[in-house]
Amino acid sequence: MNRFTRIFLFLAMWLSVFAQTQFQGLRDLVQVPIAISPALVSYAALTHGLGVTLSLGILGGLWVDSLSASPVGVSVLPLFLLGFTLHLQRHLILRDQGFAQFWVGLGAGAGVPLLTLGVLSLTRSQPVTGGFTVIHLLLLGMINGVACPFLFRMFDFLHRVFDYRPLTTSSFRPDRETVRGRQFRPR
Amino acid sequence: MLKRTHYLALAGVGLLTLALLNLPESLQTRVKSAIGASFLPLFGIRAASDALLDRAGYQVLPRSTLIDNLLRLERENAELRVTALQGADALAENQRLRATLGAAPRGPWHLKLARVVGRDPTTWWRTLQINLGSRDNLKPDHVVMSGAGLVGRISQAGLTHSQVALVGDAECGVAVVVKETRDLGIIKPGQTLLGDGGLVEMTLLQNCPGIMAGQVVLTSGLGGVFPAGLPVGTIVDTRNEDGNVFTTARVRLSANLNRLEEVWVLTP
Repeated sequence: MNRFTRIFLFLAMWLSVFAQTQFQGLRDLVQVPIAISPALVSYAALTHGLGVTLSLGILGGLWVDSLSASPVGVSVLPLFLLGFTLHLQRHLILRDQGFAQFWVGLGAGAGVPLLTLGVLSLTRSQPVTGGFTVIHLLLLGMINGVACPFLFRMFDFLHRVFDYRPLTTSSFRPDRETVRGRQFRPR
Repeated sequence: MLKRTHYLALAGVGLLTLALLNLPESLQTRVKSAIGASFLPLFGIRAASDALLDRAGYQVLPRSTLIDNLLRLERENAELRVTALQGADALAENQRLRATLGAAPRGPWHLKLARVVGRDPTTWWRTLQINLGSRDNLKPDHVVMSGAGLVGRISQAGLTHSQVALVGDAECGVAVVVKETRDLGIIKPGQTLLGDGGLVEMTLLQNCPGIMAGQVVLTSGLGGVFPAGLPVGTIVDTRNEDGNVFTTARVRLSANLNRLEEVWVLTP
């Protein structure tokens, strides 16, 4: 992955965190924002190195916390742990398959908020939770499950657009050219 | 198999999280403001696009609609002037009585109009961001209202933006009174119905058999944050808890917290 793809990845995280605070999405119906930061970290973990995954997790977490009522730093660890685990296990994941991307996104979307709530429970904060939280987590999982394959396709497209195309090498080798004898020369 | 770099990354992020979570509250607010400043260009773009859309809307509106609106507003203005005159008379009487009783006079509240520019990116907090901050003399605990009723209080005031904890959030407990029976209660954090942010729970301080659906809930003025008499909502239903020691009621908030675009900040 080239430099442009990395820039787009961080830009997408920045914009997605801002969009989380702006668009009503499903808020009117079920109080759930369209939060795709776990899907973005999943994509980074499966396609980029540990450095990019770590940076994206930390920055994404700090950006989310800066616009929310959570204590700053609460979202960093869950996003990083998600990226770290997926990065270590990426050789076991069929990352080019749409269904695998969906399930990775679904697990990430439900797991990251759950972990964040776990970290919040260690602080003095009192988040508003209840039976509806389970449904919120499932919905967040579904949103990320749908977003993950879409992100893979979008970044693959950007990669194709902004990266150098590989040179096609010919199988022709002058030293292996068959030199025809005199008897085969056309008359 | 974990390598040395993996252990270093784990330890680094763990330490960073611990350090951030253990920052003093004032420093946390500053760190949040500093990181949140990275979104200022986006907030600016959003404000500019809103203004552009508004102006475009004004161009499209037919003249007859504008004249109708103007006439309606003039009528409302005249009615409100009469109501304000009556209010001023009652206020003067109230101040005279307070002076007679030796009670401290109530200072007038100043209103500042603020635009809602964002909502909380998580599902477990009920907060929103407004476009006024400490440079507009806003401070934590200033009361936020809409035309319909109480919205919440300012929980964090940044330089250009502030965070408002909405009624029903853990950061915004409200002492209330039932208008008809004068029973005291507290609005607790929580959502009583999936997806319905307009419903909150009110715990009354004692068993109150006279409480029933349709009664109006106002701020009681106890607690020192919210002035008395602000409309909060209407009781939807009630139930008794803990062997009929407490009464809990569900309250439908007067202000639609999901559809807020502009709010009023009450500054002393």
